[in-house]
Amino acid sequence: MIAIAAGPVIPSFGGSAHSCVRANHFFCWGWFKSNWSGVFQPALLQHLKLTLIAVAVGFVLAFAAALVAYRFSWFETPFSLLSAFLYTVPSLALFQLLIPITSISTLTVEIALVSYTLLILFRNTLIGLRSVPDEVLEAARGMGLSRRQTLLRVELPLATPAIVAGIRIAAVTVIGLATVAAVVGLDKGLGSPIYKAIQIGPFKTELFAGAVLAIALAVVADASLAVVQRLLTPWTRK
Amino acid sequence: MDAKVIPAADIFTFVGDHPSLLWHSVLQTLGLFAAAFAIAVAVALPLAIWLGHLHRGSFLAINIGNIGRALPSLAVISILLALVGIGFLNVVVALALLAIPVIVTNTYVAVDGVDRDVVEAARGIGMTPRQLLARVELPLALPLIFAGLRTAAVIVMATTPLAAVAGGSGLGQIIVNQPSYGLDGVIAASLFITALSFIAELGFAGLQRVLTPRGLRQTEKVPALGPALRT
Repeated sequence: MIAIAAGPVIPSFGGSAHSCVRANHFFCWGWFKSNWSGVFQPALLQHLKLTLIAVAVGFVLAFAAALVAYRFSWFETPFSLLSAFLYTVPSLALFQLLIPITSISTLTVEIALVSYTLLILFRNTLIGLRSVPDEVLEAARGMGLSRRQTLLRVELPLATPAIVAGIRIAAVTVIGLATVAAVVGLDKGLGSPIYKAIQIGPFKTELFAGAVLAIALAVVADASLAVVQRLLTPWTRK
Repeated sequence: MDAKVIPAADIFTFVGDHPSLLWHSVLQTLGLFAAAFAIAVAVALPLAIWLGHLHRGSFLAINIGNIGRALPSLAVISILLALVGIGFLNVVVALALLAIPVIVTNTYVAVDGVDRDVVEAARGIGMTPRQLLARVELPLALPLIFAGLRTAAVIVMATTPLAAVAGGSGLGQIIVNQPSYGLDGVIAASLFITALSFIAELGFAGLQRVLTPRGLRQTEKVPALGPALRT
């Protein structure tokens, strides 16, 4: 006898629903374990891939723009305004506005995600480059370094902490925003189980599993980039 | 790709045909925003000012910002709604939770970072701790505090439509409901919420300008973002 009166309807997921799932308890470990390889692991990997592509493309664009703005300061204002403009557009709205142009696709999501990384990466790279002390630049010139050598051997290494700090924020931001893609219909990433769980209930186990994995991914990404930053800038260690 | 390009005229038609629906949704969105932002400010601002004034709890105040950034808004909203159910107040609390970390971190850093020499000088001329806070620390910290409020305002406004997936009202209900409102409606509502986010951003930028003491306007600098640069 199954009597679920007003509670959410939980599908029987392969016909082997545990009583825990039927009662929609806070977290059903058994259900999570049996769906790890089918649902959560692929979603986690897709999420990671979405994030890596977005941060990588965003970094290339923002880094190039920052180098241009470092040489030609007139470029700073237009690019700052453009990236600040993009950053302010709500993610859900941006996805929906792009869909008529690029349809429901990974491309749509990546365009939106990249546009959210630009402001942070551009600003941090430029500030990192500009914070190199004048005496250091003088010394580099005194040693006979060319402009290019100064950039590669002095300015960029000294700007690295600020640049990596920007990448950390961008990565964490993208991980959070990528979950929204599922709401507009892209069945990829951790947003997908979260959104499905909301629609059928909410089905708490799936909801918590997706949300906790997204948060964990953000924390792990932030921590590993902190390690990368330490490795890249041995001179800042005490 | 079977991308369908919608003529701008269709969107205007939608707006023209459904003025009361859109007006109503905008008001609901603004209501959600105002309630959530007010709660976030009421909780975060006094706490962070107090901690910054005492120079205590820097680990907590700075790291809460990092943790806050790591919380996907969809996850926060949906977890809260799964725990406590759907309702106006619950959506408001979820939105406020997203705004609190950034207000705490910015305000703390602003008040804590006021030049110690200036603080010493103010003490030297006999200011009480209260006067010190009201006349020296807060005015000097104002630009950075407002930068935090501005970011928080945009976060809340931009997240209000997301609350619709979990039963929230406002423009988000149109944005996530293409079967009912059609693509024109979805696009129109998306443009509306985008405009509201810009108004929040520009409004706070203006407020920041007006409230910054004149002597400080010149020296205002945008700091780099990020955990590595806080030292």
